Amino acid sequence: MQLDPLLIARWQFGITTVYHFWMVPLTIGLGPVVAGMQMRWHRTGDVRWYRMVKFWGKLYLINVIVAIATGLVQEFQFGMAWSEYAKFVGDVFGAPLALESLLAFFIESTFLGLWIFGWNKLPKAIHVACLWIAVAGSIVSAYFIIVANSWMQHPVGVVLVKGHPVMNDVWAVLTNNTAVTAFTHTMFGSFGVGGAFLLGISWYQLWQRRRDGIDTVDVTGRVVPGVAPGIPGRDGSDHSIWITSLRIGAVVAIVAFAGVAISGDAQGKLMFQQQPLKMAAAEAACHTGTSFSVLSIGALGSTTCSDVVPVIEIPGVLSFLAKGNFTTPVEGVDQLLPQYEAKYGTNLPDNPIYGSRAGEKINYLPMMEVTYWGFRMMIGFGGIAAFAAAVALWLTRKGTVPRSKGIMLLAVGGILAPFAANSAGWIFTEMGRQPFVVAPNPTGVDGLYMFTAAAVSPGVSAGEMLFSVIALTLVYAVLMVFEIRLLVRYVRGGIASAVPELAEPDQPDDDGHPKSDVLAFAY
Amino acid sequence: MEFLPSVWFIIIAVLWTGYLFLEGFDLGVGMHLLFSARTETQRRVMLNAIGPVWDGNEVWLITAVGAMFAAFPFWYASLFSALYLPMIFVLFGLIFRAVGIEFRGKGKSARWTRGWDIAIGLGSLVSAFGVGAALALTTTGLPLNANGDRVGGAFAWFNGYAVIGGLAVVGFSLVHAAAFLALKTDGDVRDAGRAFARRAAPIALVPLLVWILALQVEKGTGVTWIIAAVAVAAAVVGMLANAHRREGWAFVGFGAFLAAGMASIFVASFPVVLPSTINHAFDLTVANASSSAYTLGVMSVVACFGIPLVLAYQGWTYWVFRKRVSGDLIPAAHAVEPAVRQQAVQPALRQQ
Ligand code: HDD
Ligand code: HEM
Ligand code: HEM
Repeated sequence: MQLDPLLIARWQFGITTVYHFWMVPLTIGLGPVVAGMQMRWHRTGDVRWYRMVKFWGKLYLINVIVAIATGLVQEFQFGMAWSEYAKFVGDVFGAPLALESLLAFFIESTFLGLWIFGWNKLPKAIHVACLWIAVAGSIVSAYFIIVANSWMQHPVGVVLVKGHPVMNDVWAVLTNNTAVTAFTHTMFGSFGVGGAFLLGISWYQLWQRRRDGIDTVDVTGRVVPGVAPGIPGRDGSDHSIWITSLRIGAVVAIVAFAGVAISGDAQGKLMFQQQPLKMAAAEAACHTGTSFSVLSIGALGSTTCSDVVPVIEIPGVLSFLAKGNFTTPVEGVDQLLPQYEAKYGTNLPDNPIYGSRAGEKINYLPMMEVTYWGFRMMIGFGGIAAFAAAVALWLTRKGTVPRSKGIMLLAVGGILAPFAANSAGWIFTEMGRQPFVVAPNPTGVDGLYMFTAAAVSPGVSAGEMLFSVIALTLVYAVLMVFEIRLLVRYVRGGIASAVPELAEPDQPDDDGHPKSDVLAFAY
Repeated sequence: MEFLPSVWFIIIAVLWTGYLFLEGFDLGVGMHLLFSARTETQRRVMLNAIGPVWDGNEVWLITAVGAMFAAFPFWYASLFSALYLPMIFVLFGLIFRAVGIEFRGKGKSARWTRGWDIAIGLGSLVSAFGVGAALALTTTGLPLNANGDRVGGAFAWFNGYAVIGGLAVVGFSLVHAAAFLALKTDGDVRDAGRAFARRAAPIALVPLLVWILALQVEKGTGVTWIIAAVAVAAAVVGMLANAHRREGWAFVGFGAFLAAGMASIFVASFPVVLPSTINHAFDLTVANASSSAYTLGVMSVVACFGIPLVLAYQGWTYWVFRKRVSGDLIPAAHAVEPAVRQQAVQPALRQQ
């Protein structure tokens, strides 16, 4: 069998980026919460906030390092596996990547180092400022990378010179409407991850306190917090730490979902203009109409639409999603395909950059199972998470969680829902862009687009790529095992895992943190 | 001569040199963890000496690569695709080192700690070697065709220069890290660092010298020979200072050897950024590999205030953590135990 470098390269990019984007939203979502907690501690002097900072900060750092390690791969990958792509778009695409390093990664890593090692060394205000700056760095980094990605979705700010895009308006690139909405949407999606993480872990801790008989409830169901002198950390402040964290998490998750829905709606409306076929495929909308498909069955993956059978449809909703009213018909796949073929050709040109694919028929319809279900999984998992967060707020209104182990497992498992929503969203976005790696901009420069088939490195063999995709996947699997093991260990340990003084009561000095000449947070 | 591409060639050369200077000692410390440290306390002193800064130093690499992509997409694309396999190993090295530094101290068992020590040590070694090999090859050439693609298969890049470049960065990192530890720590690690630098420098710095001289012989001009001579003088200063326990000067001396050495290499290479060993007509140069003047202009404006800012706050970080690290500053390792009541756990266990 002939190995196809293009296919392997695509798998590799997909695997590594989706993996990177498991760590990234947690980094983005948890960072501001930890920084906010530290501000509260400084303002109130309440040791409970200090302990929250230490605990959530520990989990944050365990996660950040894997985000960094996997981000490195991303930076190298465009040159290694996608050299034709890098050469084609370098003039405009490389700039946001370089700006990201210079203006975001430096800030983030330097100030994170200052925060980690700066306990008791820096004045308090400067210390928390360092964390805020690092958090801002990660948000700025997300912005730049999304600018880069959005340019592939909707190329702006360029002219074509000898067939290559050449940037002529950096401002247009930075304020690309696709980037602005995608950035907003991704931020909210990340906060959803952070919120569910706080909620699930706090739930587990509260449940454990009840199981151990530390917390009980009175006749009205209201919590009676207790203490367990034998267990480090389970002192008078422990209960309120977890219930506060839980509430913060739930509120963040609910607000994030509202934000995600609003920004996602804006993004959808833009996509109907910019990549109509992607959205038609996402809706399994085969013919022009106004109906939104709640459930469609049939061979979604086929190259034509003829086998798709809509089972449940709501009239008008598709038009609302696309245009904001209930009546304007939206063009379906069958109408759009001929337009694409007329504009961009029915067959790949006979050009050596397409390798053995030169002259092949182009299929402009992205894989409909992926777009259709990817879109629904994103919204569905996000909705489930938000609904669960609302239920959680209600269930914990009397200050503690039910004793049920099943509900606890649901809360902990629910941490995964927003992760799944994020992955589904990206897979939908990226695969929906196929067969283009740079999608044509319908209102932009004519002739500016690139087929994915032309983007891969011609000099790299399928064998090399096969080796790297297998090796990377294995390495990432190993990393995942270690990260989860560590997270679980620290979560099980509760507050004392992050505040060692609690386990050795004679060490701390009067205000509750370690002596100042000892390195805090030492490796 | 094209002005902006030349400026960006200089910026990228500076970024790579900065990377080798700063991460040189981080990577070297990673290797010393495996080869020089005897006790757990020594290892923790070493790691905490680079603790607050290693991640920021690594960003010099990311920025160097990002700047190559933005300013010379053809250079970036050809170099990284030609060196596909070695770059994969560089990435693995960097991944395991980074994760190791963060995870090492968070486990319970000796096996966990030891395992991550090996990950950090080998990761540092492999990534230092790979980066050195890649930089040596970008100055001496790769078998590239007219499209900038590697011909001759997955290992066509391999030659003596790759080995020399790899050894150059590994050797330099070991010496530079020893000087760094002598400067930044106290107690036995400090003494060991000084002793290592004294014994190893005359051998470990040789591959870098070979790379410098090879390039001078091939492409050198009067100016670059002078810079190379400065490099050699700096190395001698470093060794003498080290022998006289002037730790600051030793560190500066070895660092200046690298900086001047890289300068002599990059200046001699200019204006070629990546030669083709097949045909010099296919060489990538600052003129034919670069982005448009507009893109370079935008980037220049940002770099004008961005780079000084980075230098300022990274410098501040070194100032904040200027105190020497020693064994008695390292808090005892603490075990992370589940926060559960024993009675509650045991019945559950008995049921099974
Ligand atoms: C928690 C995560 C999450 C949740 C709950 C949602 N999304 Fe989303 N969505 C993402 C996370 C995400 C994402 C992973 O962040 C994506 C991928 C690319 C991007 O910009 O954001 C995305 C992409 C994305 C796109 C594709 C844009 C493109 O192709 O460039 C659209 C149209 C929407 N979303 C719309 C929605 C709507 C209408 C939602 C309604 C509630 C929604 N999303 C919930
Ligand atoms: C972090 C979030 C991202 C995720 C989860 C993601 C996911 C994916 C997936 C699943 C593919 C494979 C698509 C296919 O094979 O059909 C892909 C392809 C690709 N993506 Fe993304 N992507 C992300 C962000 C980006 C960004 C920010 C860029 C550019 C800066 C980018 C550039 C590409 C390229 C070049 C390909 C290869 C061509 C292709 O097969 O489509 N992606 N991505
Ligand atoms: C495919 C394109 C991508 C590339 C080339 C890329 C590159 C990188 C690199 C090099 C790092 C390590 C930085 C360091 O060492 O400090 C990193 C980490 C990170 N990236 Fe990505 N990334 C990509 C996708 C994304 C996306 C889509 C987002 C956000 C929406 C994102 C946000 C982050 C964050 C928050 C981190 C974590 C920590 C840090 O910045 O240091 N990345 N990325």
